[in-house]
Amino acid sequence: MSSNHVVTFNQARRVAIFGGTHGNEMSGVTLVNLWMGNGGEIRRKGVETKPFITNPKAVEKCSRYVDTDLNRAFTAENLSAPGGKDLPYEVQRAQEINRMFGPKGSADAYDVIFDLHNTTSNMGCTLILESSKDHFNLQMMSYIKKAIAPASCPVLLNEDPRLKYATVRSVAKHSVGLEVGPQPQGVLRSNIFEAMRIILKHALDFIELFNEGVEFPPCTVDVFKVSERMDYPRDANGNIIAMVHPNLQDCDWEPLTPGDPMFQTFDGKTIPYEGVGAVYPTFINEAAYYEKQQAFVTTRREALAANAIRKV
Amino acid sequence: MDSELVFLPPLRRVAICGGTHGNELTGVHVVRERLREEQRKAEEEEDDVVSVACVLTNPRAVQQCRRYTETDLNRCFTRAILSSAVSDRTPYEIVRSQELNSLLGPKGSAQAIDLVCDLHNTTANMGLCVIAYSDSDWFCLHIFKYLQHHMSDVPVRYIHFDLPCREAYSLDSLGKHGFALEIGPQPHGVVRSNIYTFMKTAVELTLEWVRLFNSGTVFEGGSVEVYTMVSNIDYPRERHTHNIMAVIHPKLQDQDFCLLHPNDPMFQTFSGDTLRYKGPEPLYAFFINECAYYEKGIALSLARRRCVAIPTIQMKSGLQHRGEEGTSEED
Repeated sequence: MSSNHVVTFNQARRVAIFGGTHGNEMSGVTLVNLWMGNGGEIRRKGVETKPFITNPKAVEKCSRYVDTDLNRAFTAENLSAPGGKDLPYEVQRAQEINRMFGPKGSADAYDVIFDLHNTTSNMGCTLILESSKDHFNLQMMSYIKKAIAPASCPVLLNEDPRLKYATVRSVAKHSVGLEVGPQPQGVLRSNIFEAMRIILKHALDFIELFNEGVEFPPCTVDVFKVSERMDYPRDANGNIIAMVHPNLQDCDWEPLTPGDPMFQTFDGKTIPYEGVGAVYPTFINEAAYYEKQQAFVTTRREALAANAIRKV
Repeated sequence: MDSELVFLPPLRRVAICGGTHGNELTGVHVVRERLREEQRKAEEEEDDVVSVACVLTNPRAVQQCRRYTETDLNRCFTRAILSSAVSDRTPYEIVRSQELNSLLGPKGSAQAIDLVCDLHNTTANMGLCVIAYSDSDWFCLHIFKYLQHHMSDVPVRYIHFDLPCREAYSLDSLGKHGFALEIGPQPHGVVRSNIYTFMKTAVELTLEWVRLFNSGTVFEGGSVEVYTMVSNIDYPRERHTHNIMAVIHPKLQDQDFCLLHPNDPMFQTFSGDTLRYKGPEPLYAFFINECAYYEKGIALSLARRRCVAIPTIQMKSGLQHRGEEGTSEED
């Protein structure tokens, strides 16, 4: 597709804002509950914006999930699984969400879903994309980045089929993940809450402008593309035997070069990074990923070209 | 009190406990690492100065990486709970508290272990705190003084929960003497290397102090600052849902041990309004925004601060620990 070509999209008529996909990630839970009570802040001309708690049982327990991770549950197999109430809670929930906001992959699906998350990692306000070819999303990223400058919001691209997963937001035509940290699970921090709120405000402003017919010119979006998942060193029983090294802790988005300290054993030895070339680690020391065998992910920088876009 | 010398019995048996809350990972890994070290050194050294037991107190919660499975273990050490009848419907943590009482106690008896040191984490920005029920247990206060003197990279403070022995509910009350070592900030379910290193050092210094004390070292008295807990403040909550309606104010977040004056900002509502501290006296705020306390109705705790004089102490064998009433030989 030549970069002179303007890509057109239908008006974004239905937008959903999901909170509580992980029940202990408090910013999204709080914002969605707030907007369900009073939606004035998220109202925009020409679009229905629906705030929604995706995993109410997990929210009530203040745990990440009840039976299984909802944000990994939207596989084709799960979405079509028979069994009704015998299915794990989150699989039932995935089917219900797919009915309400999808079906995934169909013309009836919601136009945009924002899924609100927190992380214990020092990731700031990260926006997560699942496709490098969604020009609508890329233009939204560019708009948000300009709007909050000089503050920054890194864009994480997770498109590698070995590493990407079946997210709740993948039900929509355009899916955007918001990951804001650092914040402990179960805790609500005012700075994190406000940061997420501001990012969403700009995202909705973009949608409103788009719906009014504004044409967004071609642009380039710098992204961090997920490359590899790195686990902790573990013993034969699966227990971790080292921690993220103090030099790496909190250094999300900073370059990690071969030889740099990566882990520190409990008796004080350093384990260096031994990859090829510099990488940009993120999701460093995320609490929920110990059980998913992930200490951090490595990313590589890429500049993605976005075509001009306009409403049909 | 400077010239006074108080003789105290040795501390022969010490327990280092971790995983009382299964998602407070520093203690879990400090205890596991000490157990690994013990295995490596097993045949080499017999320690006759002090015997150290390392215990993972809530293994089921550790395995699930949760604070507790049925009920908070660290509230299960009251006399009432320790002596309650057990059936197969008894919550796991109550069964466990009674097992730990057999292992480290019985609480209040002559057989109880001399010192319990229980390792905890907090999401609050509290640095390292020694938390104890007494402001006159010279062991706790001298160990605190020693830690404060030797650890320069992290603030070290003493928090006093002014509860009589009969109301003490936490694991550290099993021993003749005991305290919790609380360190933060760390999210639950995460192990931060700097926090681990501080805690490991604090445990090593505690045991070093005990060895020195048991070997006859004189520890000079002086004056230490003690924060005595006065009250807790809950979040403003909606009447029907009980959901919180405001968040710790950005000016107070992470400011543990600041002096909160009447009218200082305390909470911020979701529409941006400031709610202020309306208490009658300035108090020191701590446990600001501790995750586990949302369900206990605590947004922050408040303390008064004062200086406590502590005597010079030295070991003298043949003395008895006074257990419940305290350790000072004079009244």
